[in-house]
Amino acid sequence: MALYTPSSPHIHAPSSVNKMMLTVVLALVPGCLLYVILFGWGIIIHMSLAVVTALAIEALMLKLRGRPIILFVSDGSAIVTGLLLALSIPPIAPWWITVIGISFAIIIAKHLYGGLGFNPFNPAMIGYVVLLISFPLEMSTWPQPEALSHIHLDFLSAAQLVFNAETLQNINLDALSGATPLDYLKSQLGLQFTVDEVINSHPIFHSTAGIWMNIAFLAGGGWLLYKKVINWHIPAAMLGSLFILSVVFYLFDPERFASPWFHLFNGATMLGAFFIATDPVSAATTNNGRLIYGIGIGILIFIIRTWGGYPDGVAFAVLLMNICAPTIDHYTKSRVFGHPDK
Amino acid sequence: MIKKLFNFKGGLRLTGHKAASTQHPVMPAKLPSIIILPLNQHIGVPAEPIVSVGQHVLKGQKIAKATDYVSAPIHASTSGYIRHIGPHAIPHPSGLQATCITLEPDGEDQWTDLQNHAHDYTNMDPSALRNLIRDAGIVGLGGAGFPSFIKLNPGPGRTIDTLILNGAECEPYITCDDMLMRERADEIVAGLMILRYALQASHCIIAIEDNKPQAISAVEQAINKLNVPDTQLAIVPTRYPAGGEKQLIYTITGKEVPKNGLPIHVGVVCQNVGTTAAIYRAINHGEPLVSRYMTIAGDIDKPCNLEVLLGTPVTELIEQCQGNIETLDRIIMGGPMMGFALPNLTSPVIKTTNCVTVANKNSDKFQHKKPMMPCIRCGSCADVCPVNLLPQQLYWHASAKELDKTQAFNLFDCIECGCCDYVCPSHIPLVQYYRYAKAEIWQREKETQKSNIARERFEFREKRLAREKAEREARLKKKKEAALKTAESPPQEDSKPTVDPKQAAILAALERTKTKQTTQKVQPKNIDNLTDEQKQMIAEIDARRTQQRQQSTVASKTASPPANTARRETHSE
Repeated sequence: MALYTPSSPHIHAPSSVNKMMLTVVLALVPGCLLYVILFGWGIIIHMSLAVVTALAIEALMLKLRGRPIILFVSDGSAIVTGLLLALSIPPIAPWWITVIGISFAIIIAKHLYGGLGFNPFNPAMIGYVVLLISFPLEMSTWPQPEALSHIHLDFLSAAQLVFNAETLQNINLDALSGATPLDYLKSQLGLQFTVDEVINSHPIFHSTAGIWMNIAFLAGGGWLLYKKVINWHIPAAMLGSLFILSVVFYLFDPERFASPWFHLFNGATMLGAFFIATDPVSAATTNNGRLIYGIGIGILIFIIRTWGGYPDGVAFAVLLMNICAPTIDHYTKSRVFGHPDK
Repeated sequence: MIKKLFNFKGGLRLTGHKAASTQHPVMPAKLPSIIILPLNQHIGVPAEPIVSVGQHVLKGQKIAKATDYVSAPIHASTSGYIRHIGPHAIPHPSGLQATCITLEPDGEDQWTDLQNHAHDYTNMDPSALRNLIRDAGIVGLGGAGFPSFIKLNPGPGRTIDTLILNGAECEPYITCDDMLMRERADEIVAGLMILRYALQASHCIIAIEDNKPQAISAVEQAINKLNVPDTQLAIVPTRYPAGGEKQLIYTITGKEVPKNGLPIHVGVVCQNVGTTAAIYRAINHGEPLVSRYMTIAGDIDKPCNLEVLLGTPVTELIEQCQGNIETLDRIIMGGPMMGFALPNLTSPVIKTTNCVTVANKNSDKFQHKKPMMPCIRCGSCADVCPVNLLPQQLYWHASAKELDKTQAFNLFDCIECGCCDYVCPSHIPLVQYYRYAKAEIWQREKETQKSNIARERFEFREKRLAREKAEREARLKKKKEAALKTAESPPQEDSKPTVDPKQAAILAALERTKTKQTTQKVQPKNIDNLTDEQKQMIAEIDARRTQQRQQSTVASKTASPPANTARRETHSE
C-alpha cells in the first residue's frame, strides 16, 4: 500500500488566489452599485464587456503559452483586472475602448511578462494609460451625475451609447457629459481663478456624487482590510501622504491649492488606495517598503494633480512606484530574529 | 506566575483538535509483538550494539552503547530475545533503512536491576549526574532528540540564570505533554530540581500554553507541594509556534537567541517537560528511557495518549486506537505542522516520537496538496513568519537555484515551522523548497570540503615533486661542476697525480692503519678468550642488529619512498 508522503505542513488555511480575487470583486460591489445609481447603467455594460474580454484573452494567452487554462482562468485575476480597468474608463465611452485596453493589459502587461505573479506593472493601469494617451477624447468624456444632467441612462440606452454612439437619437452626448471636478478645477486654476471662485462657478462642485463614490470604495477597502486580503500599510501611507501634502499646501495658499478633503474624496483616490495600489504583484512587499511605496504614490498623485498634465494622477503614480518596488524591497528588509541591529 | 510576557512576531492561531485525545487517562499500550530499536534515535552518532542475536535481555538493559560525545545509548524496552541486528525501516522521511536491533518480547516485561540515586544526587558532581543522564539514554523528547546531558553542560565560565521547562506544546493534535503534566506534575517538578542542580541555575520557569488549564493547575499544585523556591509558571498565549525553543525563550525573557547561537548564549537552558520527567525517572528510580507518552490522533475513532514502549511498530498503536490500516492515506510522525509523513508502515516509535497523526483517504482535515499557483507576492507568508524572514524571496531564489541568494536572505534562520506554507494562497510548498535549498547547500559544502582536501593534497604533492626535482638538479649540477673541474684542470699541473680528494683521504687512512699495524703489531684482545655465554650474547646482539637494520629498511621503503629517499640522499651528501 502506497502512503502519501508530502512535505510538511499537512494542514492548510482555506485561503486561495481565487478566494482573494473574489473578495476583491465583492469589495467593489458597493462602489459599483452607487456608480449605477449616480451615473447610470453604462458602467455595468463596460464591466461585463471588460470581464468577458479579459477571460477570453486570458484563456487564449494561456493556450498559446501552454499553461493549464481552467486553473488559471478560474484564479479570478483577469476578472479583477477587467473590473478595475472598466472602473477607470468613462462609462459612456465606446465599446472598443474597453476591448483595446483589456487586450493590452492582459496580453502585453500580463502575459508577455510571464502571467499571474510576474507582471512588474499593474496591468489595469497599463491598459488605462495606453487608452488615455491613445484616445484622449474618448477617455475624457465623462458623464455628469444624472442628478445634474437630468438624463437617465437605462440599460438599453446605455448599451446603444456604448456599442453604437451615432445611432443614439434621443440622447445628446454633450448634455450627458461634462467636466469632472478635478478636471475643471485644474483648468480653471490654470486661468488664475482662485479655488473658491472655481468651486462656486460650476454646479459639478455642488454634486456629492464623486464624494459618495469615494466613500463607497473606502467602505469596500475597509472590508478588504478586515478580510486581511490587503494590509493597511499601502492605503494608509498613500492617503496619509496625500493628506499631509495637501494640508501643507492648502495652509500655504488656500486660494491656489484645493483642500485636503477635496483631494481625498475626488477622482480615483479611494479606488486607487484600496484596490489599485494594493495589487500585491506589482507593489512593494515588505511592511516598511509598503509604507514607502504608499507615500510615494500619495506624493506623486498630489504632484500630478497640482502641476502635471493630467487632472488625476493615480494611474501614473502607481506605475511610477511599480518601477521602484523591487528597489524599495531590497532596501527595506527587516531585521531577522536573533540578528544584530543594522 | 510571570506576568510580563513578550510577543514574538507572526505565528498562527490554529485549531488545536486537542480535546479528543485528552478525555481519558493515559494507559500503557499493549505489549507489542515485536520491538524494533533503531541505533540512531537521536541527533548525533548512532549507538553501537553490545548484544548478539539470540541473547536474552531484560527490560532496561543496555543493548547499544554511545559511541561518541554526541550520542546516546539504547536500552531494551522490555525483556525478550534479540532476533535480528541489521537494516530495518526507520521513521525518517527519506524512507531509507538503518541498523536496528529487533527484540522479540518474552511477555514477562521483567526489569533488570535498577539503581536509584534519589538521595545522593545533591552530593554528586554535576558531571557525574550528567553521566547518569547520559547512561539512561535520555534525549530531548520534544522532537529534536538532542542528547540531554550535553544541554546540561553549560561549559566553563558560563552561568545559567534561567532554566525553562517547555510545556507549551503548540502543535495541533499533540497532547502528550499536556497529559504528562496533568498526571505526573510531581515527577516533572522533581526532575526540574535535578536539572536545576546540574545546571546551578538561579531560577526556573515552567511555560505552559493557556489552552491547558488542567496541566497548569496540576503543575502549580506540584510546585507548591514540593515547595520549590524561585520557580514560576509562565502561561503563554496559545499561538503556534509558541513552543519553538527560540520563540518560547523570547516570550518569557524578551531575549533573542543570537543567530547561529544557542540558548546558553543568553543564559537560558530549555528542556521539554517529558525529558524532565524522564530524567527524574532515571535519577530517582534508575530507569533508563524505555517508554514515553505519545498521542495517537487524527482520523481515528479513539484518539488517545498511550505510554508506549520505544520500538513499538506504529501500526500496532493505530490498530489499538481502532484506526483502519486499510483506509490510511498517510501517517504523520509528529503534528500536522512539522511532522513528516512516514514512507512505510513498518516504522517503530522512537525516542522523539511525540505523536502519530493519522490521515485517512479523502480526509477533510488533511487534504492533499492543491495545485500550485504562481506567487502573487501577497506577503501573507512574511506576516506570519516568526523569524521575520521574507519567505517569498527565499522561495523565489530557491526555485531559481540561486543558493547564495537564499543564504543572503537568511535561509538557515528558517525553523521550518510551516506558517508561511500554511497561509500561502497560491499553495506553494514553501517549506519543501527551503528544505531542498538547505540540503543542496549542505551537499555543496560537503563537496567543497572534499575538493579542498583533494586540492591541498594535490598542491602538496606538486610542491614536493618540484622540491625533489630542484634537489636532483642541484645534485646533478654539483656533479657536473666537479667533473668539469677535473676535465678543465690544466695539463701543466700534471706533475701532481690527479687524485680525487676523497680517494686520497681513503688512501691516507689506509696508510695510517698500515703503519699503525706494522709499528704496534698489537692484536685486538677484547674478543679473545670469550666464554660461551659471552659468545652467545654477542651472537644475539648481532642478530638483533641485523634484524633492526632490516626492519628499518623495510619501514623506509613503505613510508612514501620518494620523500624518504630524498631525505636520505640529502643527509648522505
